[in-house]
Amino acid sequence: MTADPRAPQAARNLDLDRLLAHHKLMWRIRAFEEAALRANTDKLVLGAIHPSIGQEGVAVGVCSNLRTDDILASTHRGHGHTLAKGADPTAMMRELLGREGGTSNGKGGSMHIADFSVGMLGANGVVAANIHITAGAAHAIKLRGEDRVACSIFGDGAINRGPFLEGLNWAKVFELPALFVCEDNGYASTTRTADMTAGKGPAARAEAIGLPAMEVDGNDVVALDEAVRDAVAAIRAGGGPRFINAKTYRLTGHTAADPDGYRARDDVAAAWKRCPITRLAQTLADAGVRGDQLASHERDAIEEMDAVYDDAKAAPWPPLSRAFADVQDVGDPRNGAY
Amino acid sequence: MVTMTYGEAAKNALHEEMQRDPTVWALGEDLRRGGVFGQYKGLPEIYGPDRISDAPISEAAIMGVAVGAALSGTRPVVEMRFADFALCAVDELVNQAAKARYMFGGQAKVPIVVREPMGMWRSSAAQHSQSLESWYTHIPGLVVVCPSSPVDNYGLLKSAIRCDDPVVYMEHKNLWALEGEVDNNDPLPLGRCRFLRKGTDITLVSWSATVHETMAAAKTLNDAGASVEVIDLRTLWPWDKERVFDSVKKTGRLIVAHESVQAGGFGAEIAATVSDVCFRELKAPVKRLGAPRVPIAYAPPLEDTVRVTAAMIAETARKLMKM
Repeated sequence: MTADPRAPQAARNLDLDRLLAHHKLMWRIRAFEEAALRANTDKLVLGAIHPSIGQEGVAVGVCSNLRTDDILASTHRGHGHTLAKGADPTAMMRELLGREGGTSNGKGGSMHIADFSVGMLGANGVVAANIHITAGAAHAIKLRGEDRVACSIFGDGAINRGPFLEGLNWAKVFELPALFVCEDNGYASTTRTADMTAGKGPAARAEAIGLPAMEVDGNDVVALDEAVRDAVAAIRAGGGPRFINAKTYRLTGHTAADPDGYRARDDVAAAWKRCPITRLAQTLADAGVRGDQLASHERDAIEEMDAVYDDAKAAPWPPLSRAFADVQDVGDPRNGAY
Repeated sequence: MVTMTYGEAAKNALHEEMQRDPTVWALGEDLRRGGVFGQYKGLPEIYGPDRISDAPISEAAIMGVAVGAALSGTRPVVEMRFADFALCAVDELVNQAAKARYMFGGQAKVPIVVREPMGMWRSSAAQHSQSLESWYTHIPGLVVVCPSSPVDNYGLLKSAIRCDDPVVYMEHKNLWALEGEVDNNDPLPLGRCRFLRKGTDITLVSWSATVHETMAAAKTLNDAGASVEVIDLRTLWPWDKERVFDSVKKTGRLIVAHESVQAGGFGAEIAATVSDVCFRELKAPVKRLGAPRVPIAYAPPLEDTVRVTAAMIAETARKLMKM
């Protein structure tokens, strides 16, 4: 695996407009997650939610380099990825609350959030399942002769499941247009991944299968943006699958209900200082962006997501008939249907 | 009218569907050599490696890739080689293929056919002989098909490929060489049973290879003077409830016979439903005949002890008819 050879942020030529858009999008994700946590406290989100607070850099660094018609398959911690891929937060929040007008009409909730209209093939409740789905989407893209790319973002816990081996091997054997991003937050659910993982980690495993693999600081959105841009360009040019391990840190519990007693408070406090939003804001400030402009991103995002939450609260439940819709074409799912 | 084997019938059906629809492709282990039972022979040369695709021995990847490819505009035909091996891909089938349409609110469908050769076949023992069709009937979202003859394997595979639902398509390994006439080129409807024999004294329902035992039993019973109705269910989900009810209402007696384990088998579902709906018309208790709840043994005599045979079906029918 190649260490990131890039120079520190300050020395680089920065595309300020692009980075301002990244800053704004990261704040929108953060504000969406904060609103979702509020909805959880308000007992309006009844199922599990897995907030991505602290991991916004990965969602933005990856998805900003995907076209709308590129494919993304995500994990249980998928709100940020979905928003960054272009989904409408109003429909997303309605989905979290199980309401009419949700992305999946209230039938999937947080863990199955999906928006096929922007190429987002779903968050997945089964760790690593999205790796195969991504390989399959990439296989279809190749069969159809298209120039699209399929990407999956999964956690470091996923590297100990079979699909990591089977799916990466498949993508390499068929030289598929697939990007695999490990969003490495160091924890598999509430267990330190390092304690349960043999060998040298995600990138080394991917490299052993033959994928060009790279380690990137996922909280440095400038570095990740460049790494993903290069990887996607290579993949789109027919170069076969690639792998990026993006190191990050989950700043909240595993779920909204997780008290996070397994991590030292000092470690979490230190991690807040490495938060990707704070870091990008510092980079932008160093480059001369005014503080009030950066503050407006935060304010606008909170305002937007507050309105999104208010909308979802007021939205009706789906009609009960929806429980029997979209099961399958053949057969009647109701008991006693004869 | 053309005579062909059960295996050739499926190959012809796949060939014609691949000609008809360029988005259809097949993937599985050893397909480039024609498949482990020769059921793809000749197709690799016609369609090339993209559309008749080899795969690593990665059942979970084969199934999961098919799901992703189905969500992305293609119609994969998955070859699992043995139904037993599909158990390596249960998450991909049950949690992904069967759920995606529903849990994503109808944003996409998963048009895959999962071919799972099933059943006892020449001392194949515990891990290459199972009939697990009833498992899949329990999963919302899946269609389950178990053809017993060349004509049905031809017409039902065509329908399965055209169906937008994930279809678990279970061919019986003992039937590959069975010859029969295929009388037209049309798909056969999923969810429709076939009456193999009309009669008024008793209804015998079965599917897959057990259909042939059932037909042999019906002949014996007929020779002894009974009028026997034989139904090949063909599709287990959805199953053709109305026609089974009509038959039982006429005959007043029902035996469901299948190769799979009797406990929790699909015969139980049929027996319970018929007992409920046809209670007034029943002249005798509904009977199920399935395997005892033991794994399948290697030694032929031990293997044979768990089979549902024509003799067992005929004897049970005689008791029900007090013959």
